Amino acid sequence: MEEIIRTKQIIWTGALFALLLMSLVLSVMIGSVHLPFTLTLKILLNHLPLFDLTPTWTLAQDAIVWNLRLPRVFLALVIGAMLSSTGVAFQGMLRNPLADPYILGVSVGAAFGAATSILFFRNSSLLGYLTTPLFSFSGALLSLWFVMALAKHHGQRDRETLILAGVVVQSLIGAFLSFLIAISGQQMQEIVFWMMGSLANHSWQDVGMLIPYLALGFFYLSLQKRDLNLISLGESAATHLGMNVEKKKIWVLVVGSLLTGAAVSVVGIIGFVGLIVPHLMRLLVGPDHRILLPISTLAGAIFLLWADTLARSIIPSREIPIGVITAFIGAPFFAYLLKKGLRRGHV
Amino acid sequence: MNLFDVIHVQHQFGTIPVLQDIEFQIKVGETFGIIGPNGSGKSTLIRTMSGLLKPSGGKILLNGKSIRSYRKRELAKIIAVLEQEGIPPLSFTVEEVVAMGRYPWLKPLSDLSLKDEQIVQTALEKLGLWNLRTKPVNNLSGGQRQMVSLARAMVQQPRVLILDEPTTFLDIGHQMLVMEHVREWHQSEGITVIMVLHDLNLASQYCNRLLLLDNGHIKSCGEVHDVLQPATISSIYKTEIIMINHPVHQVPQFLLTSK
Repeated sequence: MEEIIRTKQIIWTGALFALLLMSLVLSVMIGSVHLPFTLTLKILLNHLPLFDLTPTWTLAQDAIVWNLRLPRVFLALVIGAMLSSTGVAFQGMLRNPLADPYILGVSVGAAFGAATSILFFRNSSLLGYLTTPLFSFSGALLSLWFVMALAKHHGQRDRETLILAGVVVQSLIGAFLSFLIAISGQQMQEIVFWMMGSLANHSWQDVGMLIPYLALGFFYLSLQKRDLNLISLGESAATHLGMNVEKKKIWVLVVGSLLTGAAVSVVGIIGFVGLIVPHLMRLLVGPDHRILLPISTLAGAIFLLWADTLARSIIPSREIPIGVITAFIGAPFFAYLLKKGLRRGHV
Repeated sequence: MNLFDVIHVQHQFGTIPVLQDIEFQIKVGETFGIIGPNGSGKSTLIRTMSGLLKPSGGKILLNGKSIRSYRKRELAKIIAVLEQEGIPPLSFTVEEVVAMGRYPWLKPLSDLSLKDEQIVQTALEKLGLWNLRTKPVNNLSGGQRQMVSLARAMVQQPRVLILDEPTTFLDIGHQMLVMEHVREWHQSEGITVIMVLHDLNLASQYCNRLLLLDNGHIKSCGEVHDVLQPATISSIYKTEIIMINHPVHQVPQFLLTSK
């Protein structure tokens, strides 16, 4: 049995990793300046330590690939992985397939935190680099705590209540955020940007800043795969099997909020990734988190990469906020899940 | 030494008392039944005894040690619980769900060993689930799902099995199947069985001692013949009943009488 799971793990991870590499090259090719496939591949390979090719390309082309497009591609991959793995963790721990950082209002909480830091603590050198992510994380945590407390009714939470609580918190914090924007004046544009989400104008530094969060978050969640499986039996059944449910739940939710907070602090609110990707992957590979978590993380990266490629190329020389693209796909998907859930009596 | 010492336990939800002054003991190897009408506190009592619920007052000792002082994992090696709700409609396979019962015995982060897989296989075979092992549990009937629960409890290799109304949603065939497997397990491994039962006839056939709860109080506790007195049962359940002797097993059985 364990043998089968390991084989399945290797095959799926391998397949998705190959797909990811291919998507990476293809999306670097696409843009206002179109680059041919072999040329793109050569430029990319030339930057790897083992390769030393004779340049058949111009410095401008190298700059487009290495300084403009590739950081953005990596940013999309990292953010997609963060949001999607958070989705898996939230859905698993809360036993609710609709639990997604955006729907539960965690993203907007993070955006509110980020906006606060931009407005009031812009020049605070105390935390320097970490100020905005830290505020973002606190905002995420605060709104999640609020949602959980609101949805808790006589010690148990049902699925719809959790979603409704998410709506309440989203509207309330959204209102605070709009208020901040209204009084912000100068920084207005920068804050509006958090609300819509965009991967434009980022450098390797932003990617570098996010990678430790992704690595740590994913590493922690990977250690919880068996527990995420166990909790699907129900909280009391998991307790009877020896799992410390309350403690685990808090930690997993905190780590999910950390991932969301870090992602939002750099690229703003991008919704539905954590909803769509894990659900599709569940249909493909089944409910076992030992496969679902790594696969959804990879698939989330690929998904957001293509969503962003679409966002920057669908209208020539114009950019659509990526949050708009994910919402175009995600909202109908959410509606479908909701409808399916209502018909069956459970989602 | 007693396996369980329930000492002066009381519990209330808000201001409503659910259990009052509950005190009894259970010895190793007993099959102990807890009976009583709806709302008499059976489920609450069993939840305090499985360590899920902290009673508002009194204490519960397991092997002489407060049950609250056990680590969750240690407790899961001693007690397995079959819940009333059974297994939710998951798309995990039968085999995967049963294997989850090994959780308390696994070292953190390690996979199932060959020995663990052997234990899972034995339980699947014993409960007639071998042919269903690759089926998702949401494709099974209620009766089959209860067998999966039982198999999961078996691979947990506990010393105590707690069952909360294990037969409530089952037809008579599956009721007997579950009860027979529990009895066989009890006899072959010497485990202690504690069960909440609605069906007095099953309780009388499968338990060697009974606790009768009424409105959060102990009405009586002792041998089956002493607890199942027709006058007491009739008054507690507010129902006309006729008690007869089981022609084969020589234990009390109840017939309902319409008005």
